[in-house]
Amino acid sequence: MSMPFYVAPEQQMKDKADYARKGIARGRSAVVLQYDGGILMVADNMSRTLHKISELYDRIGFAAVGRYPEFENLRLMGVRFADVRGYQYDRSDVSGRQLANIYAQTLGTVFSESLKPWEVEIVVAEVGDSAVDDEIYRITFDGSIVDEQGFVAVGGSSEHVSTQLKDRFAADATLASALNTATRALAHENGEERELEAGNLEVAVLERAREHRKFRRIHGRRLRTLLDEGRSGTGRAAADDPDAEGGDQE
Amino acid sequence: MFEGFEGGRMPAAFMSAGTSSFTEFLGAVSPELLPGHNPPAQGGGEHLTPDATTIVALTFSGGVVLAGDRRATQGNVIAKRDVDKLFRTDEFSAVAYAGAAGFGIELARLYQVELEHYEKMEGRALSLEGKANKLAQMVRGNLGMAMQGFAVIPLLVGYDERSEEGRLFSYDVVGGRYEEQNYHSIGSGSVYAKGSLKKLYREGLSEEEAFKAVLEALYDAADDDSATGGPDLHRKIFPLVDVITEDGHRRVAAEEIERLATEVVERRAAHPDGPTAPLS
Repeated sequence: MSMPFYVAPEQQMKDKADYARKGIARGRSAVVLQYDGGILMVADNMSRTLHKISELYDRIGFAAVGRYPEFENLRLMGVRFADVRGYQYDRSDVSGRQLANIYAQTLGTVFSESLKPWEVEIVVAEVGDSAVDDEIYRITFDGSIVDEQGFVAVGGSSEHVSTQLKDRFAADATLASALNTATRALAHENGEERELEAGNLEVAVLERAREHRKFRRIHGRRLRTLLDEGRSGTGRAAADDPDAEGGDQE
Repeated sequence: MFEGFEGGRMPAAFMSAGTSSFTEFLGAVSPELLPGHNPPAQGGGEHLTPDATTIVALTFSGGVVLAGDRRATQGNVIAKRDVDKLFRTDEFSAVAYAGAAGFGIELARLYQVELEHYEKMEGRALSLEGKANKLAQMVRGNLGMAMQGFAVIPLLVGYDERSEEGRLFSYDVVGGRYEEQNYHSIGSGSVYAKGSLKKLYREGLSEEEAFKAVLEALYDAADDDSATGGPDLHRKIFPLVDVITEDGHRRVAAEEIERLATEVVERRAAHPDGPTAPLS
């Protein structure tokens, strides 16, 4: 029988954190930011079915990067928690803060107790009645939780993306120009310059003015129209056009 | 917090791939929240919750209309004049119930969460057939309570995005599921309402004609069934009407129903038995 090597706890934590960071950095980023009508969520994602962005509850959205099966587990947990809570009490009693806390605790426990940390970074966003009531939380692999103001980027080389976002972000931007800001930031990831097309993007909004469930995916023709508007800078004028809100939705 | 949320871990069931059904999940983690968890020891409890009365529904060219009167009764007493028995269950479906009110509300709320939960877990909504079958299982689950005197029966209406039409589903107490053609009614006044709809229904009704038809049918039900409430002009309590089309679910504005219902009452002042059907 061989004796296991002694590893100092500090070293153990550092190794785990490095492992998780490397895993997360391999993937593409996702960004969440406010716009004049609510909260926009954009991820660099080729798949139309394996979502990085999802609905948790009436006003609450979820964005994640990293290993799919791990964050999918977290998403299912969040939906279950929210639905039980909302059924037991009232729909208005489910909050983004609760969900963010549960995610933080779960990730924190996994990080300190399991050999392998989860390689995920997630965002919980809740759209409020007005822009000041919006909440955006970022939760990292070790269970740290950050209350973000206005915008956040996770995964990949999120620092590059964050810097880009910071330069261009405006909380009162139209949907088209906010989407333009987001896609430009994502395109500059890793210092490389890419062109992101509708097919590479997963886009969803939490629309303040919607009734019942605020979460809506944007894809197909409507997404292409918004991307074109954003690029040509006509976003502001187009926001008044009622047709721009139509298009194919899911 | 949930029982077992200790040491920063949710119970294992929350994290398992497991089921997309909310009812099944709730049964595993918090069975005490499910309907019928704590049934009364014996029958004879019928007086404990009021009875909800008449519901009518019919299809029209653009989808389906669901309407209910506002009365709930307890024996020969009017328990409530302004009850809302219609529930939007998701973007393209709604249910209404007749029978034991307390259990009907619980059934409808659980069904609402069930549909939304499935949609979120799976990333796509159930088909209308799937929704109808799920409701059948839930009604069947209430059989024990029904045997104790707490029978509740739902009526499901929905817009089928695949066949692009409005559809109706009725149920019996044991969970039998029946698709209805064109129109249907449940509850104490349903016999009269259905007779009325039979004469009023035509293919290709417009939306407003459909509203008029359900209001006339509810008037006829209230006319002959003491447990069904008619339009209450003095208190401004009118039937509730939901409509589901390809654009989704919409509760028809109270002002519009007030206008149409007041017209019905005025027409009945001249012809108390309402519109007549030609004999040939």
